Amino acid sequence: MDLGPYLLLASMEGAVQAAVLALTAVGLSLVFGVMRVVNVAHGEFFMLGAVLAWWIAHMVGGHPSIGFMVALIIAPVLTGLVASVIDLTILKRLNYDPESTIVATIGILYILQQLVLMTYGADARPVEAPFNLRFYTPWFGYSYYKLAVIAAAIAVLLGVWLVMSKTRIGLILRATQLDSEIAQAFGIAVNKVYAIVFGAGAALAALAAVLIVPIQQAHYLMGADPLLLSFIVVIIGGLGSLRGTVVAAVLIGMSDGIISVFFTPTLAKILATLLVALVLVFRPNGLFGARAA
Amino acid sequence: MTDNKQKTNLTTRRGALKKIAAGTGAIIGATSMPLLGRYSQAHSSEPIRIGFQVHRTGIGAAYGRWYDRTTMAVAKVINDAGGINGRPVEIITEDDGTDPKRGAEIVEKFATKHKCDVAYGTLFSHVVIGSAPRAGELKIPYFVVSEGHHVASGMLNRYTLQPGITDVKSQVQAMAPFVSANLGKKVAMIFPDFAFGHNHRDYFSEAIEKQGGKVVAKIAIPPTETSFTKYFPKIPRDTDVIYHVMVGPAVLTFVKEMGEFYGPNAPQIFGFIDSLEAVDLASPGLEFLEGTYFWEGNPRYAQKDQSEYDKFYRKAIGIDANGASISDSKDVSTYAHMFGCWETMFTIKDAMEASGYQSPKDRAKMIEAAEAITTMAASNEHPQGDKLFNGKTHQVFGKQYISKVNGQKLEVVHTTSIEDGFYPDETDYTKKPF
Amino acid sequence: MSKGAKQWGLHLGIIALLFVLQFILPAYHHGNLARIMVLATFAIGYNIAFGYTGLLSLGHAMFFAAGMYGLALTMKFLGFSAATGLLAGIVSAFVLSLAVGLLALRTIGVAFMIVTLMFAQSVYLSILYFGKYTRGDEGFVIQQADRVIAGIDLSNPVNRYFAALVLLSFCLLVSLKLIQAPFGRVLIAIRENEERTKMLGYDVFRHKLASLMISGTISGAAGAAYGLLFGYAGASFATVQYSIFPLLWVLLGGAGTIIGPLAGTLFMFYLIDLLSEITSAYMLIAGVVLVLLTLFARQGIMGEVRKRVIRWLP
Repeated sequence: MDLGPYLLLASMEGAVQAAVLALTAVGLSLVFGVMRVVNVAHGEFFMLGAVLAWWIAHMVGGHPSIGFMVALIIAPVLTGLVASVIDLTILKRLNYDPESTIVATIGILYILQQLVLMTYGADARPVEAPFNLRFYTPWFGYSYYKLAVIAAAIAVLLGVWLVMSKTRIGLILRATQLDSEIAQAFGIAVNKVYAIVFGAGAALAALAAVLIVPIQQAHYLMGADPLLLSFIVVIIGGLGSLRGTVVAAVLIGMSDGIISVFFTPTLAKILATLLVALVLVFRPNGLFGARAA
Repeated sequence: MTDNKQKTNLTTRRGALKKIAAGTGAIIGATSMPLLGRYSQAHSSEPIRIGFQVHRTGIGAAYGRWYDRTTMAVAKVINDAGGINGRPVEIITEDDGTDPKRGAEIVEKFATKHKCDVAYGTLFSHVVIGSAPRAGELKIPYFVVSEGHHVASGMLNRYTLQPGITDVKSQVQAMAPFVSANLGKKVAMIFPDFAFGHNHRDYFSEAIEKQGGKVVAKIAIPPTETSFTKYFPKIPRDTDVIYHVMVGPAVLTFVKEMGEFYGPNAPQIFGFIDSLEAVDLASPGLEFLEGTYFWEGNPRYAQKDQSEYDKFYRKAIGIDANGASISDSKDVSTYAHMFGCWETMFTIKDAMEASGYQSPKDRAKMIEAAEAITTMAASNEHPQGDKLFNGKTHQVFGKQYISKVNGQKLEVVHTTSIEDGFYPDETDYTKKPF
Repeated sequence: MSKGAKQWGLHLGIIALLFVLQFILPAYHHGNLARIMVLATFAIGYNIAFGYTGLLSLGHAMFFAAGMYGLALTMKFLGFSAATGLLAGIVSAFVLSLAVGLLALRTIGVAFMIVTLMFAQSVYLSILYFGKYTRGDEGFVIQQADRVIAGIDLSNPVNRYFAALVLLSFCLLVSLKLIQAPFGRVLIAIRENEERTKMLGYDVFRHKLASLMISGTISGAAGAAYGLLFGYAGASFATVQYSIFPLLWVLLGGAGTIIGPLAGTLFMFYLIDLLSEITSAYMLIAGVVLVLLTLFARQGIMGEVRKRVIRWLP
């Protein structure tokens, strides 16, 4: 294929990845920003979203789009509830101590993963896309659904931005982020805020997973990759900065697509990984962050 | 299935004695008649313990589940027919998590804790290679069902054998004449970027060149990849045939995206069914596969000329004519590979009976008996077809099937000869010490 | 008895116990313990960086793999003997830990976690990329005939056990000596308060680098020994999972205790081994244990012992 169309295709693929990544990473970033904890189980919330989507779509039946739409709403809500419960029963009791939280969330990672293995099984199962349309350029064909994923992700991210900047909830979140003790002094129920934020972060990951599951399949080990990538994105973007996170997601998603044009795939992955590491080494606060990590 | 020890020794000691005491062969049924006498000859009626190393978790789990079902079914068949040397077979199952470290530990556990007579059943190559050294050191026969070239390459040891499934080198080589004669000479290969994929790459490139063909692109996909569209442009436009093989949980995405990318303008497509093993061919997004070709180790869909042996085999495991579970038509089997478990179990039985195996001290004798096996005729014991076992390389060679997708089913269009898959021996295990 | 003497007595006692155990244990547990001792050495290496210096690395699998491949590749392609191969493995890990340390130690906290994770990931991918030599994920066998040092066949169970014990004892005592020395106290000071240590005039960076290099080299020695004793080198040992394992073992056994890594490895090994007979979701229990640990015994097994019983436990 000529370089032009190839780059176009690689960019479109990169954009899809960036969209899903942005949603997942914003969830992680929100949790870090407000609560100052690193949630290693974040990828498992992503996985939970996909698995729940399969279950819901499977139970609803009828046209694939009905099941998918139901899943799009219910799966993130359920995942968010699970996360909130985890926050209230475990993380809260750890007083959000950074190291303990990392260890506890590694534990939660295994618990969620293995519970899914016990109930859902070890298979990768597909969820049917709400519509199955493609378009063809002279060089390649492409699925409309993938473009819809990009659009949906942009809409959700705008929603998150609106909530954070224009609503009272956003104000409370930002206040808690700046200084949780002072926020508490002003009558904000910080514990409640934390439970909601942890749930919302997980719900965003689950939402991303529901969007991607018609393209990929739901599998109990699928959480590792999104976790790794969103970690990278959150750090590159500057910890806790939502805007930085989105920019970094686009950067990482797109570059992953485009680097693969010029290098053999595994070499591309090695280079991309090293690049991220070196960025962090020389810009430890991320490309857009100002605070100390 | 969370029990560790799934006792399938349905022919219990007491049951067997009763049957003999009753003296009525009719109770047991015609097939086991000739074996009846063995019960009285057996020196010990302790079960033969076969340690089954299964991928119950990890990336091999979809295969593991069907390897498990096949193993349980064949153990029942063997026990119903009188067991091995008149002793019932007991399968002791341990999950290796599809991990070589755990695999080696499991082999140790079979040998030293469970006191198994043999270890058996491993699929993924890295687990085989990680476990085999321990099997050799512990001197426990280790029968793998992996299709890897590791056994025949000479890398392993006297105690490791692969008598149930043809290795990948042989499979791949046997495909080249058909591909170059019927599909085209310029081949683009897409394969996972690890050893299994590299075997495909190296052996097929070599074989297709002998046929006057050429591999025009070799696209290695990193094993952690979850989206594939961006790799398809690397396939040159003048490619005649795309040769694909993929494994792991992302296989369906891979094939679907290939369809999206090409639409109706695809070159010829030839794949190893590994790319869609345990996946329903009627899944949405796979319509474009109509008219494309697949290698199959054993035809998933019952063919027009289905053998009696295949019928017997399907029925014993509980598989319908579409290769799915009788109880759930969405639960598609790993039909192209799992026959290897069935056939390996019968080879274990043959080797034990030929050597008069009594206890672990007879293990070397048993290996020698296995090495002496040459032909295996198509039968209920070998439902996939005739085979030739090479005692020197510890590797079996069988026919391969090439099928075309027709009405979302696979129809066999070509069956290779066993000789198509021959290559010069690379080792002679019989010269290695026990 | 002085504190130091008690500490030496305890650890020499444990080594003596392990020595005696080989005559008592049935074959299965004998084999397991040999394996556990090598893995525990990996954990001891990890503990020096994490437990004593507070460097939470998520990439120690790369050092383990460097040791393993340093041994296996030189034996396979350069015709090294087992002894020189072992040395090559240790040197590989030493060099890698120097390079990684120089770069990664410019970061702290979460960034350090990610950087080590990324470096480890690129080591893993490189093993796959150079599949022509490494045989990628499939790995390769180190032939039994080659696994001989000074005429001692290391594939023999008795010799293997002894080799594992020697390795473990050496690393255990080295780490004890290290922690008793002033150098070790500086590491602990860095863990407790990096800024203050810096202000007291210590070169924090050099101490951290030395700590990471000792840690990485011991991990590499464990990796090389693992390949040598069990006859296999494969890419799965370089995956993220094998970076998480030593973290788990150390946390479980007690971070910042000399004996904790051994206790944690032993406990976890048998936990998984026994649970896998009951359920295929045995990692579920590993998860539950981790959560319970953080909730109720944050110091790990030996950390709690130190807190409640033996206060002088190093």
